[in-house]
Amino acid sequence: MSKPLIREVPPTSWYFRHPRYLRYMAREITSLFIGAYCVFLVFAMHSLAAGPSSYEAFLLTLRSPASIAFHVLALVAALYHAATWFNATQKAMPIQLGEEFVPGNLISGAHYLAWAVLSIAILFLAGVF
Amino acid sequence: METISTDVAIIGAGGAGLRTAIALAEADPKLRIALISKVYPMRSHTCAAEGGAAGVIKPDDSFDLHFDDTVGGGDWLSDQDCVEYFIHEAPKELLQLEHWGCPWNREPDGSVAVRPFGGMKKKRTWFAADKSGFHILHTLFQTSLQFDSITRFDEYYALDLLVDDGRCQGVTAMEMRSGQLRQFHAKAVIIAGGGAGRMFPFSTNGAIKTGDGMAMAYRAGAPLKDMEFVQYHPTGLPNTGSLLTEACRGEGGILLNKNGRRYLQDYGMGPETPVGQPQLKTMELGPRDRVSQAYWHELQKGNTVSTQWGECVMLDMRHLGEKKINERLPLVRELAASYLGVDIVKDPVPIRPVVHYMMGGISTNTQAATPLPGLFAAGECACVSLNGANRLGSNSLVELLVFGRRAALSALEHIQGLPAANTTALNALAEETQQRIRTLFSRTDGTESMSGLRKEMMDTMEKNAGIYRTEEGLQEGVAKIHELRERYGRVILTDRTNVFNTDLFQALELGSMLDCAEAVTVGALARKESRGAHQRLDFPERDDKNYLRHTMVYHQGLDAPRVDYLDVVITKSPPGVRDYSGDHK
Amino acid sequence: MKERLVQLEVLRYNPDTDTTAHFQRYEVSCPEEGVVLDALNKIKETIDPTLNYRWSCHMAVCGSCGMMINGEPKLSCHAFLREYDGVIRVEPLAHFPVERDLVTAPDDFIEKLKRVKPYLIPKAPKPISEGEYLQTPAQLKKYHRFTLCINCMLCYAACPEYGLTPKFIGPAAISLAHRYNLDSRDGGRDARQEVIASKEGVWECTFVGACSEVCPVHVDPASALQQVKIASSIDWIKEHLLPGGGK
Ligand SMILES: Cc1cc2nc3c(=O)[nH]c(=O)nc-3n(C[C@H](O)[C@H](O)[C@H](O)COP(=O)(O)OP(=O)(O)OC[C@H]3O[C@@H](n4cnc5c(N)ncnc54)[C@H](O)[C@@H]3O)c2cc1C
Repeated sequence: MSKPLIREVPPTSWYFRHPRYLRYMAREITSLFIGAYCVFLVFAMHSLAAGPSSYEAFLLTLRSPASIAFHVLALVAALYHAATWFNATQKAMPIQLGEEFVPGNLISGAHYLAWAVLSIAILFLAGVF
Repeated sequence: METISTDVAIIGAGGAGLRTAIALAEADPKLRIALISKVYPMRSHTCAAEGGAAGVIKPDDSFDLHFDDTVGGGDWLSDQDCVEYFIHEAPKELLQLEHWGCPWNREPDGSVAVRPFGGMKKKRTWFAADKSGFHILHTLFQTSLQFDSITRFDEYYALDLLVDDGRCQGVTAMEMRSGQLRQFHAKAVIIAGGGAGRMFPFSTNGAIKTGDGMAMAYRAGAPLKDMEFVQYHPTGLPNTGSLLTEACRGEGGILLNKNGRRYLQDYGMGPETPVGQPQLKTMELGPRDRVSQAYWHELQKGNTVSTQWGECVMLDMRHLGEKKINERLPLVRELAASYLGVDIVKDPVPIRPVVHYMMGGISTNTQAATPLPGLFAAGECACVSLNGANRLGSNSLVELLVFGRRAALSALEHIQGLPAANTTALNALAEETQQRIRTLFSRTDGTESMSGLRKEMMDTMEKNAGIYRTEEGLQEGVAKIHELRERYGRVILTDRTNVFNTDLFQALELGSMLDCAEAVTVGALARKESRGAHQRLDFPERDDKNYLRHTMVYHQGLDAPRVDYLDVVITKSPPGVRDYSGDHK
Repeated sequence: MKERLVQLEVLRYNPDTDTTAHFQRYEVSCPEEGVVLDALNKIKETIDPTLNYRWSCHMAVCGSCGMMINGEPKLSCHAFLREYDGVIRVEPLAHFPVERDLVTAPDDFIEKLKRVKPYLIPKAPKPISEGEYLQTPAQLKKYHRFTLCINCMLCYAACPEYGLTPKFIGPAAISLAHRYNLDSRDGGRDARQEVIASKEGVWECTFVGACSEVCPVHVDPASALQQVKIASSIDWIKEHLLPGGGK
């Protein structure tokens, strides 16, 4: 006799219900750029393997405005994506020393630090400095 | 009407009800257990208990000391055989909870930590920060989930006991979700329905503490015992009535009047102890009745602080420091900050006494049995006479466990070899409940509003049955409650639909509270002495010659109840003087 | 006590008489430091006794009074009027069937709670007579935060994953299982893993993090779920990649 009311969740638009859901969707969407960039790298390898002329042509297309726009977008997306995950590390990997937990921002901070060090190392190996 | 047949029906799934259910399930896995509660178990008010639970565990403590504190704290109205049983069972029950996973605070060596509490001569209160009751309740609830023989009837509102052939054989209850009435046929019924503080306007008690269990037993012929003893807790938030646990003072908080004086020293609880070094059983660690009464005297002398929430005194915890407060009193800090806007780390917090606990209840013996065969009771709804005229803080949570288990064992014994039930008779009784509800639903000529009656009841209780009482006040109170009970017969519902009709449940709860209020006021009028939480301005002394007895109140329908008395069991501690003046006399 | 006028817009539904839900507007005056629950109580007492909702403790510990307040899952006893301007919209907790008005049916949560075995399964059982299991303050602290769950189900109302995939065991239940897994006295992890490390368990969680943002007692369920994911992944690696299944 009692008919409970079911209030359906709109399957395609639920993330407009609250800013925190939009933030979540933004994080998820940034991963598309990360994926796209991986495909792009594979393509770069492929042209490298196909010989110097093909690689030259590839480098040329890199300088096109569309490519530059893509790189800027991908960089922003990668930064956002990385930051969200680094900030999450303190939740996923708490460290207890003695009785107290290590403050969360130390754990996240350590990730940022490692990231910076690795980035510099790669840039160094790539001969930027 | 659907009938549910079970071996034991338990009414109430708070600390007491859950402990009972687990004890039954453990004792006999084949037993069918029905656990009936008007709220989901973890919503029961045990969750609000903050301070902790007392049990002798440390080498410097002894059973004798816990005995003396409890008996003296209860102003010698406790049954001493009951206290004796209780103190020995207490540590076992608390250890049992530990074995079930309760997150008790610990000493550095990993053993259980204890804290000081009001009226206790030793540190013996086990605690889980200031959420002890919450953790006890959830530990019990979660533990109970492993027993398939416990069938829960969550959000079933129990109405009337089914008493046939001179014994209790079941109960009627309404499924709140559908509004359908059900009858439970059981070989034994255990009531664990909690307290009745909601009959007062200003109380630490949650909305569900309306004395239904007490009223149900009372109406079925079981007497209510010592109902006039209503505990005021000295430290409630002045606006919401939320409790700031006694542990505030146990950890070293002090009480100040408007002149900054620690006024408790003026009421037999001095001399003053150094700030930040609380001493057991004196000053701020005096018993609740005395500390609350001291507030009343300060109020008469004009020494209280006027705040926007009324007259208050100040509870000062600043000297405890932020670290200790966060570690031991996090809930208190949160409550004061959100509901009053006071940070206890930085400022004293205004407080005033608030109705907290019913020492009285369904009369039970040390076996948790009521005089009505087949009916048992445990927890705050019962008066097993552990707490006497004044409960010591942290004895109640343990009482739930000790007597919850005891009720289970007694019920188990009772159901062996019982004659078969006369179901026709039980059906007829259940039909009476159905009729009662129908009448309430179909009444269209009612003249009384539920909230109007409820307000009058609360105001009467506060005015006439508060911390200090008088003959005229109580006479007025008795007459008024009598009148309200009579007018309750004309109460009218606004909501006549079936699904989760809280208008109906509030009306039923009001009926329960009025029954309880009757027993409180009648008992208080008859007791012409001052003892523990029952203080008469016209009879300021304790009178052991006439009143070293329990008040027993018997329901007589709409007529005035019958009052009788039962002797207190004294085994080894003759009535003496309650001394809270500390060690340094 | 200063009072202020409060306007509420409350979702009403009565299966006995209604086929759909509708909003009803109320106006009451309440103390300034009051909470939404106070306003509801005042409405019930003075304007409309037919309005239904659950509540009990009024101190954010019994977990009865969860509802959506301006779209956010909140305990109404802990939703301070001072934090709202204008009309306050009050709806039943999202993602649960509505029994009536603001009363939802928690059956699904209750059933899931039972499935995760949220009770101590002792590592080395011993009788009570041998005293307590020793547990240092540090060992207590390791799991303590996850004991604080009041089962108010706000996290379920906030979790879009639960809304879309109701078979998800969900934040509170998994956090409680994790609480026991972390307890130094417990040896029941294997029994719980079956449920919580399954597809319907943590792997349904996409770490939106909403559960932790709305938790009124700061249990941080999102943290618990990510920890379970890491621990389960390590189990998997041990079992599949290490010689001898890592035993
Ligand atoms: C704020 C506060 C702090 C406290 N702190 C402490 C402390 O630190 N130490 C201490 O020892 N004690 C403390 N107490 C006292 C102690 O917590 C209570 O006495 C105790 O928890 C009562 O437990 P109970 O199981 O008897 O009842 P409850 O936990 O109140 O449970 C009653 C049960 O009965 C059910 N019920 C009631 N009526 C019906 C009905 N008509 N139909 C079906 N079911 C029904 C309810 O649903 C509920 O499940 C405190 C009390 C309060 C209010």
